[in-house]
Amino acid sequence: AVLKDGLRSQVSAALKEGQVTPTELCQRCLALIKSTKFLNAYITVAEETALKQAEESEERYKRGQPLGILDGIPIAVKDNFNTAGIETTCASNMLKGYISPYNATVVQKLLDQGAVLLGKTNLDEFAMGSGSTDGVFGPVRNPWSYSKQYKEKSVPKSHSEDEESNWVITGGSSGGSAAAVSSFTCFAALGSDTGGSTRNPAAHCGVVGLKPTYGLISRHGLIPLVNSMDVPGILTRCVDDAAVLLGSLAGHDPKDSTTIQDDFKPFELPNLTDVSKLSIGIPKEYHAPGLSSEILALWSKAANLFKNAGAKVVEVSLPHTPYSIVCYHVLCTAEVASNMARFDGLEYGHRSDKKDSTESMYAATRREGFNDVVRGRILSGNYFLLKQNYEKYFVKAQKVRRLIANDFVKVFRSGVDILLTPTTLSDAAPYTEFIQEDNRTRSAQNDILTQAANMAGLPAISVPTALSERGLPVGLQFIGRSFQEKQLLTVAKWFEKQVQFPMIQLEEVKRHDNGVFQHQKSASFS
Amino acid sequence: LAPWIPVVGLEIHAQISSKSKLFSGSQVQFAAPPNSLVSFFDASLPGTLPVLNRRCVEAAVMTGLALNCSINKKSLFDRKHYFYADLPAGYQITQQRVPIAVNGSLSYSLCIDNKMSQMVTKTVRIKQIQLEQDSGKSLHDDTRSQTLVDLNRAGVGLMEVVMEPDMCCGEEAAAAVRELQLILQTLGSSQAVMAEGQLRVDANVSVHHPGEPYGVRTEVKNINSLRFLAKAIDYEIQRQIEELENGGTILNETRAFDSKLGCTVPMRDKEGKQDYRFMPEPNLPPLILYDAKSLPANMNHQQVINIDWIHERLPDLPSVKREKLVEQYGILPEHSFTLLNEDGLAEFFESVVKQTQMKPKKVIGWILNDLLSYLKEHSLTVKESPVSSFLLADLLNLLEKKEISSTAAKQVLAKLWKGEGKTPLEIVKEQKLELLQDQEELEQICQAVIDGQENE
Repeated sequence: AVLKDGLRSQVSAALKEGQVTPTELCQRCLALIKSTKFLNAYITVAEETALKQAEESEERYKRGQPLGILDGIPIAVKDNFNTAGIETTCASNMLKGYISPYNATVVQKLLDQGAVLLGKTNLDEFAMGSGSTDGVFGPVRNPWSYSKQYKEKSVPKSHSEDEESNWVITGGSSGGSAAAVSSFTCFAALGSDTGGSTRNPAAHCGVVGLKPTYGLISRHGLIPLVNSMDVPGILTRCVDDAAVLLGSLAGHDPKDSTTIQDDFKPFELPNLTDVSKLSIGIPKEYHAPGLSSEILALWSKAANLFKNAGAKVVEVSLPHTPYSIVCYHVLCTAEVASNMARFDGLEYGHRSDKKDSTESMYAATRREGFNDVVRGRILSGNYFLLKQNYEKYFVKAQKVRRLIANDFVKVFRSGVDILLTPTTLSDAAPYTEFIQEDNRTRSAQNDILTQAANMAGLPAISVPTALSERGLPVGLQFIGRSFQEKQLLTVAKWFEKQVQFPMIQLEEVKRHDNGVFQHQKSASFS
Repeated sequence: LAPWIPVVGLEIHAQISSKSKLFSGSQVQFAAPPNSLVSFFDASLPGTLPVLNRRCVEAAVMTGLALNCSINKKSLFDRKHYFYADLPAGYQITQQRVPIAVNGSLSYSLCIDNKMSQMVTKTVRIKQIQLEQDSGKSLHDDTRSQTLVDLNRAGVGLMEVVMEPDMCCGEEAAAAVRELQLILQTLGSSQAVMAEGQLRVDANVSVHHPGEPYGVRTEVKNINSLRFLAKAIDYEIQRQIEELENGGTILNETRAFDSKLGCTVPMRDKEGKQDYRFMPEPNLPPLILYDAKSLPANMNHQQVINIDWIHERLPDLPSVKREKLVEQYGILPEHSFTLLNEDGLAEFFESVVKQTQMKPKKVIGWILNDLLSYLKEHSLTVKESPVSSFLLADLLNLLEKKEISSTAAKQVLAKLWKGEGKTPLEIVKEQKLELLQDQEELEQICQAVIDGQENE
């Protein structure tokens, strides 16, 4: 069961000892990608280059000179990161066929450490959405839709009904990456997180989703949604692996002036046993309208888990939380309007055939290239940026943003180390239900628990906690202090160990994974 | 008829003299093959980010200090949005909210009534200096109904210098811009050659009656030289006066100067009311500058800019140089003004003075009357002068030693001008222009002439 293994503990060791080769690993992942094609997690599978990278890695292992723990490890990258020579589409008609001439810094770092890039994963168009349902290549399906656990619990409404109509969404916008990790086609994947786009699908797909502190990891090469909030996100199957990825990606990048200058030292996570010195904050405003009773109960249970282990658990208040959605809406759409202005068909990307004038070419190109969601946000954003509206909306929203960030500062200053909150309001919705409401409504609903961390630039992580009554994953979120990822991940790791989240049982994976290692533990939390 | 007061303000864009662009590493070079100096960032490829060029910031600080501005220790970058083919990102990065330098002044000199002997000094306030990106160039090919876009210039660093409406006519504006040009060239912060687009001037012109509020202003663009600047402004002032006296109104519009017709015409391309939807540039943190007082002890000096350090190293500005020339050489202020006004002339003058015994007060005449008029006649720059400072000094030495008369010297200079490679002495000997100094010899010649006369 090599594909299910953790990086640090098992796969890397296996590669080093030659129990499995990088090419074998790569081939298995590629085969699994093929057999899970119905998930639609990948937009582009870079089979040739991946195998080549795997071969090169193999050579290094043979010489006894692997580049590090990531050498030979198959990974996937969300399709809004630039990858030289491999199509980067952002799931949009605007960039269909666009082959970037450069690698995003994070991609380059992974490649420099010998990682094997399997392909680019699916997302909501230009990362706008919370379901991974609104890209031009179609929606991503949550692997758990096909799990034994979900199938056992789902009651078919009629005989003719099958998995086809019952499948649930991954959440978004990094749904492809979450699905890829969740279905074992790769060991880790890059996502992006602007309002929760890494943590949300992580929670729905039962994987770990880390949003690092803003400024810790370079955004150079990440096609921006909101420059002042975007971060590259990390999706893995366990917290230790997230720490490994973080260690290989974090640090100052001269190409990104918003990265901090301080030296970053990669760390190994200690095995925390004593939580008595820890203070966990429970923000009452995160008991948001629409929070399912199931998740509320899990949240309580988690709080008690800490309390019973000796930690201090206190209720805290982040009073400006209810304003964060509207604030985010103003600031996000304004930056989107600005960032999307470059897509005019002139230098790259889709160009309309309409040639009457430059203006008409621009207008047609943008109408043809962008979906409704993108165009809607551009229009809103430009409205807020108009001279007569700027003070009322944009500046006001910036001020509210400062208040939201200050809420966290106050709470952390009062002695709280980590905040514990739900990640999502409920488990993953069936696709047919999800698309009943439009993207904007869904985003406003689903971002509510994750977005304030982006406003404040804080690190946050979603850890798979338990299965819902429907047999679908539920994750809980930890939010930490700026640049205190080590503490955040240490606590997350402790929690992960306590809850023993069950492994997904997928037919496809069983068929492809016939390795040497044992299954992981399976005692569940709920 | 009540008198009219014309009011002229200027917006000047000076291209920063630097190896690479303001936010990217691509090269800055004039007249390179199209689209050969374009980085991924300049082409606005998605995912690229701006990285501020230190040299550009230093250039702006130097310029701000030279113009007596307050340098803002914290300044900000903003995005100015509009769609145009030569603006790949759909926005320009500029400094709208808090520019790098504010509240300065520029003193410049004018001759009254075209008499060089009567010079007057005026001052114009500098509102601000901001750093911003230059755009690319678009060439309209009407025959093929297409526009060709060259992005070589896109992203080159600019300093926008805003001069308050303290000027009253074309002559003042041209003089002010000339002085700014000299300052920039002395600092090296911009080569400021108008013909190469390194210095672009837009004029804001309005007229009003004394005691009444300022009139509606128009913006005049597309001015390619100092001469046209003065012409365009004066034309526009006249046009506005005539329009108003005929009962018309002035539109707040942008007009282009047509150098062939010598008039301003409304510009169809630029829309009058544009909402640029200014927004802070989120990818660039505030620009923080330090001075000796605020510089933290353990800061890596490579990472910071120290305003005081730059101040200490400023070269002598033109006004200072002029004073020094007057003091050192005893020449008149008008003389030193002209010396500095011609590129390289002051250096030429000083070089000649060094190499000759002739007094500077006398040398100056040769420089300004003879050499300069030759250069002007043949449209040559000082650098291109066929007569080097060495040759001229040689000639002046002959004159000083009374080996030739001043008339003869002018003849020699005319010959030297042809650039035949002969020395002054050679020419003198050739044309027998020597002054005889020997008393006896002179007597002999005179005697010979008298004798010759007697024989007739």
